[in-house]
Amino acid sequence: MTDVRETTAVPALVCEGLRYAFGETKAVDGLELSVRPGEVFGLLGPNGAGKTTAIRCITTLLPVPAGMVRVFGHDAAKERMAVRRLLGYVPQQLSADAGLTGRENVELFARVFDVTRRERAARVARALEAVDLTAAADRLAKTYSGGMVRRLELAQALVSAPRLLMLDEPTIGLDPIARTSVWEHINAVRTATGMTVLVTTHYMDEADQYCDRVALMHRGRIHALGTPEELRSELADRRRAEGKTDPDPTLEDVFRDVAGSGLDEQGGDFRDVRSTRRTASRVG
Amino acid sequence: MSEAPVAPRHGSAETVGLAPDGRPDPLLTPPRPRTGWRMLPARVGAMCVVELQKLRHDRTELYTRAVQPALWLLIFGETFTRLKAIPTGGTPYIDYLAPGIIAQSAMFIAIFYGIQIIWERDAGILTKLLVTPTPRAALITGKAFAAGVKALIQAVVVIVIAALLGVALTWNPLRLLGVAVAVILGSAFFSCLSMTIAGIVLTRDRLMGIGQAITMPLFFGSNALYPVALMPGWLQAVSTANPLSYQVDALRGLLLGTPHHLALDYLVLVLAAAAGIAAASSLLGRLAR
Repeated sequence: MTDVRETTAVPALVCEGLRYAFGETKAVDGLELSVRPGEVFGLLGPNGAGKTTAIRCITTLLPVPAGMVRVFGHDAAKERMAVRRLLGYVPQQLSADAGLTGRENVELFARVFDVTRRERAARVARALEAVDLTAAADRLAKTYSGGMVRRLELAQALVSAPRLLMLDEPTIGLDPIARTSVWEHINAVRTATGMTVLVTTHYMDEADQYCDRVALMHRGRIHALGTPEELRSELADRRRAEGKTDPDPTLEDVFRDVAGSGLDEQGGDFRDVRSTRRTASRVG
Repeated sequence: MSEAPVAPRHGSAETVGLAPDGRPDPLLTPPRPRTGWRMLPARVGAMCVVELQKLRHDRTELYTRAVQPALWLLIFGETFTRLKAIPTGGTPYIDYLAPGIIAQSAMFIAIFYGIQIIWERDAGILTKLLVTPTPRAALITGKAFAAGVKALIQAVVVIVIAALLGVALTWNPLRLLGVAVAVILGSAFFSCLSMTIAGIVLTRDRLMGIGQAITMPLFFGSNALYPVALMPGWLQAVSTANPLSYQVDALRGLLLGTPHHLALDYLVLVLAAAAGIAAASSLLGRLAR
């Protein structure tokens, strides 16, 4: 799929000068972002960096008070319905309905995205199959493990064939095996459908391994942007020039470098931490 | 909740191609959007289906909620039938009471529906629904009718209990259909009232407190237990402004054949439901934040 359209295509997502404040707190403070169609783009940052607020502006959950957000050319402030049809969204919390079976959870999203009755069963079955939940499809979601719930949510998002998949901290609170599994499914889906994936995480190692490009976000702004490799080698070059003999900087080192001091003190507000804990405790 | 190792089959993710046997894969083509007027019934249907599925998986609530109306009819109804303290125009008091208890049990379900909305907000379920092509008013309408469906099933249980206690109810299908419509409309209003309060207070605890505080005046400030004519003037005013009174009037008229004002009753219920949907939709954004 490297034809002309690919290079001249409209970006999957553009944010220009996006700002959002909760009272005095500037959560997002002039965000500039452009995501290419078909890439896995990681939005990285510590708790409270503004990732989730940015996601909520892009997904039309919050208004866009200043700046511009476009999803495949559609304005998120003015063409909400058009933007929502292009999006698959998995929020930070484990959001599957525990009182329904896996299949019913996916069916709901097929219904609200106007999948016709004729098509519904096949499409829902496909989505469940794509995340390896066929065998567990008719069990109640409350019997699922954390990793299975995440995959179910992925199926819920996939059933409408979105062009931009938005994943907010998809691996938060999961054990390492479940984390790997979730990422492998994200990758397999991307490979098979060519959809664009925007993922937020504060696990730098995951971003390094699975993202095509990453943006490091701190205090509402992007501080560095590029492939994980570019960012690492840039820092390595700079360190060599300064005469330091630090062999291979990690993405986390890059982050410390661009964010400067104060990173450790600024770790997210109370609400952030609480919602993270709540997710973690639901995951078990 | 500690868990067993998750999904050891993750190795197979590589083989999950999305286009098996060369047929066009449904996951690659977005569904055609429904537009215009067809969107709203589709959303309402989706929300009602979810409510019914949940009830099918867990009927505990249905059974436990049947206890209170049964006791009202059995204890209050039987006792006051003997006392003959309330002038009902010749109808046995337990018959007079039954439609009131149907309306009351439906209202109890609906008035706490906002708690479910807040729970769904906390769990991220609501957030996700708000990122689907569903306008807020359509989402609220869907939820309101889902509450109505839940209340309707409850009403059926109460009607059966009343019939078992010997209340002479109508079995005319057309009248029963009218009863169903009145129950659904009333519940749509009270669930929207609840969701509106949810949009204002934002937490379950506060909503619980307010819900309990308003249920009693709504119930006693209506014609559910006694004729409006018995009330002091100020309470009559409350009853006139209380949609529950119109719902009970319709139910009583349809089920027992007592004097009624069906046109006015349905008009008030429709207007109340519409106003409730408008109010709850406008406050839904506060819950999404």
